[in-house]
Amino acid sequence: MVVTELQQRMQDSFKEHVSEEYLMDCMRCGFCLPACPTYLATNHDESHSPRGRIALMKAMRDGDVVWDGSVKGSFDMCLGCRACEPACPAGVEYGALIEETRVAIEQVKPKDISEKVIRKAAFDGLFADQKKMAGTVKLVKFYQKSGLQKATRKIGFLNLFPPFMKEMEGVLPDIESKKKKPSVLKKQTTRVAFFSGCLMDTLFQETNRKTIEMLEWLGAEVVIPKEQQCCGALHGHSGELGKGLRNARANIDAFDSDDVDFIVNNAGGCGAFLSEYEKHLKEDPAYADKAAQFSQKMTDISSLFVKLGLNARLKQLAAPVEGIVTYQDSCHLRNVNKVFLEPRSLLEDAPGFEYKELIDAGSCCGSAGIYNMLQPEMAKRILDAKMKGVKEMQPAKVVTSNPGCLMQMQVGIQREGLEGEMQAVHIVDFLHEVIEKNQK
Amino acid sequence: MKTQSFEPFITIVGTENAKHTQAQLMAYSYDATANFQHKPDLVLSPKSTEEVASIVELCAKEQIPIVTRGSGTNLAAGTVPSQGGVVLLFNNMRDIIELDEDNLTITVQPGVITQDLSNYVEKNGLFYPPDPSSMKISTIGGNVSENSGGLRGLKYGVTKDYVKALTVVMPDGGIMKLGGKLAKDVAGYDLLSLMVGSEGTLGIITEITLKLIPLPQTKKTGIAYFNSLEDAARTVSAIIADKIIPVTLEFMDKGTIHAVEDFMSIGLPRDAEAMLLMEQDGPEEQVTQDIQKMIAIAQEQGATSAILAATEEEAEGLKTGRRVALSALSRKRPTTILEDATVPRSEIARMVKAIQQIAEKYDVQINTFGHAGDGNLHPTCLTDTRDVEEMSRVEKALDEIFHVAIELGGTITGEHGVGEMKSPYLEWKLGASGMQLMKHIKQSVDPQNIMNPGKMFAKETKKRLVVHGGH
Repeated sequence: MVVTELQQRMQDSFKEHVSEEYLMDCMRCGFCLPACPTYLATNHDESHSPRGRIALMKAMRDGDVVWDGSVKGSFDMCLGCRACEPACPAGVEYGALIEETRVAIEQVKPKDISEKVIRKAAFDGLFADQKKMAGTVKLVKFYQKSGLQKATRKIGFLNLFPPFMKEMEGVLPDIESKKKKPSVLKKQTTRVAFFSGCLMDTLFQETNRKTIEMLEWLGAEVVIPKEQQCCGALHGHSGELGKGLRNARANIDAFDSDDVDFIVNNAGGCGAFLSEYEKHLKEDPAYADKAAQFSQKMTDISSLFVKLGLNARLKQLAAPVEGIVTYQDSCHLRNVNKVFLEPRSLLEDAPGFEYKELIDAGSCCGSAGIYNMLQPEMAKRILDAKMKGVKEMQPAKVVTSNPGCLMQMQVGIQREGLEGEMQAVHIVDFLHEVIEKNQK
Repeated sequence: MKTQSFEPFITIVGTENAKHTQAQLMAYSYDATANFQHKPDLVLSPKSTEEVASIVELCAKEQIPIVTRGSGTNLAAGTVPSQGGVVLLFNNMRDIIELDEDNLTITVQPGVITQDLSNYVEKNGLFYPPDPSSMKISTIGGNVSENSGGLRGLKYGVTKDYVKALTVVMPDGGIMKLGGKLAKDVAGYDLLSLMVGSEGTLGIITEITLKLIPLPQTKKTGIAYFNSLEDAARTVSAIIADKIIPVTLEFMDKGTIHAVEDFMSIGLPRDAEAMLLMEQDGPEEQVTQDIQKMIAIAQEQGATSAILAATEEEAEGLKTGRRVALSALSRKRPTTILEDATVPRSEIARMVKAIQQIAEKYDVQINTFGHAGDGNLHPTCLTDTRDVEEMSRVEKALDEIFHVAIELGGTITGEHGVGEMKSPYLEWKLGASGMQLMKHIKQSVDPQNIMNPGKMFAKETKKRLVVHGGH
């Protein structure tokens, strides 16, 4: 094997960033294979499986494989859905390994200019600063309100982007003017700090408003720390963990964990990363304890609804069944936070709908953060497989727990031409509507 | 293999069914065996018996090694392409061809996942009993090539007891059909049995007909915990002596219980030294009677607790726990080396005890679980390949386990196969004339040694241990 300078630097970078101990945890039994969406979508190509990727990480570290497009492609193709983790009896920390791998690659990989620009704009600009995000959303809003949206859709401005992005643009929710957030309310029994999330707080503002309304309806006092930032998950999953942790520290500072019973989020992707602040910052003496407390108080909205007794309140609202409701898991909510019973129990108790389990509800829809923009082909394949089950069931509502999944499922519904028959909705919006409709 | 020699192979299977990128070659360089790895030159996914035959013909012409691989869950390095060459996959041969309800057989392509086959026949009220722990991942072709066992071996036997007919591509590219949907067939040597468990060293199995039986009416699972390994082992002997043949009689020691509980959190007691999982199936009345008897026997033998699993879910959880035992154990140390020593079931207590003594003698960590009812134990050594000194003690300990197993009338492998890993020990079991006959068979069937070379036959047999002291 000819060792080029790039090869050597890449190997060194893997040695530096990818933990040998984690790699040694994998005994290659293959129990992860049937859980991996990309393995299944590639007709069982082992190089697109967790076991294959771990072998490649190790081979990169040991200098047993040449760094080329195929090796990079194997890592890039990983959704990061972490479905392999609950399937792994050996307890391999795959999520950590793929994040470390992405860091290792980012340190060395030559990037083309457009990628550099996008990454810089996204990770140092947009997702680093809530104010910038709000500003961008104002632009989007202007773009929607001004009629430009119609015009650009017509003239095909978006043809410049990958087809998937174009579809995504079609499902962006219409943005309402940001209403003034209510601050501290009167003293209640449960005190909850709300992590509003950058996307949720801008594109999905309505969902956030309803989240707060429902929490208050259930007797919680909600506070919204003003200095909070994007959770940092997108950075972490894209090899920019350092920048992700910059946001993590800012959030830990922004939330006074002592003061509240729970910190709640309504986006599965954020929730997983927020609950892993503890793990990521355990070596940081200034933040380790605070991060642990922050992560331990973190909960997702469905779990908190269940704790606050929403099930019983839903059961009181009887209504005749008008349609089917189903649920698509958020991978990180399910695989990292192990929350999948709670949202289902709420949907089962919701009046007016019959809950049915979607085939392979626990497997990724292909959204995976910004994966559907970076790997549109694979994302489409995975979504198409998912939509087969949806089409068979014909639900009125496809409920999700994460903005990415929500948009992705809506893209799926549109592509199948089913917009008239069904709708993808966030679980909070769904429950809010059900309650509003049936409350006497 | 040179890159230009890929062309004719690609012509056979099509570009989309040939893999040869850096990443892909690395991803097919291993199976589930620690310490064995070698990259192939080319990975092919044929779509039919005829394509397999064309590939084999080409390999024969060019003397290229050919290694068949299902899902790569082998535990004896049987699917590692240790001399390079072509790895043959069956991901394009995953059809269930025919369910014959008149003859109670099913005919499938080798790439069907064992669990899928099992689910399919059970939906039709039928039963395919062999259930290797990896059945969720493993292929039926791999099971036949390895003659896989499983948790139900005690009552229902192993894969070979269900193989009725095979289509095999021979090392010269010829296509051979063996057996049929027959209850009786004595025409000639039993070539069908020769092919089952031949580990890809004699030919490539491309179609399989399996015997099915009616699905048992009901099943029940009991569970017993013990303060000592000996109590558990005595319970096994007592159950068999009482003329009960349960479908499953599985054993786990304390270390295994802990590892499984770490992964599954199903409430296994961490203070138990051993547990037995007892399952019976069949007509309701018989099942209830047998399971109650087994629970009573366990109590007589000193079980700290022996009860019936309350629900089907609890029973499934316990069985899943047993199936993942090996992988779960691997969370304890970087390297997991699993053995497959098997003894007559009357010797199980002695074997368990010997394993404990050997672990102490060489100061290595060995946890044991396995199919206690059929004498098939899985002593698993938890170690670290990077520690040379420890590894040499591990090797000595494993040698001695093989030695003791054979002394007790047992074998070096009950269900995992010989592969490359156990090939140096094969002569211990077969003796010189057994090895001689095997070599004659191999040489006459595959004179060029292109079929999974380096497996089954070691360059050198390991020196037989001279063990001092009493066992």
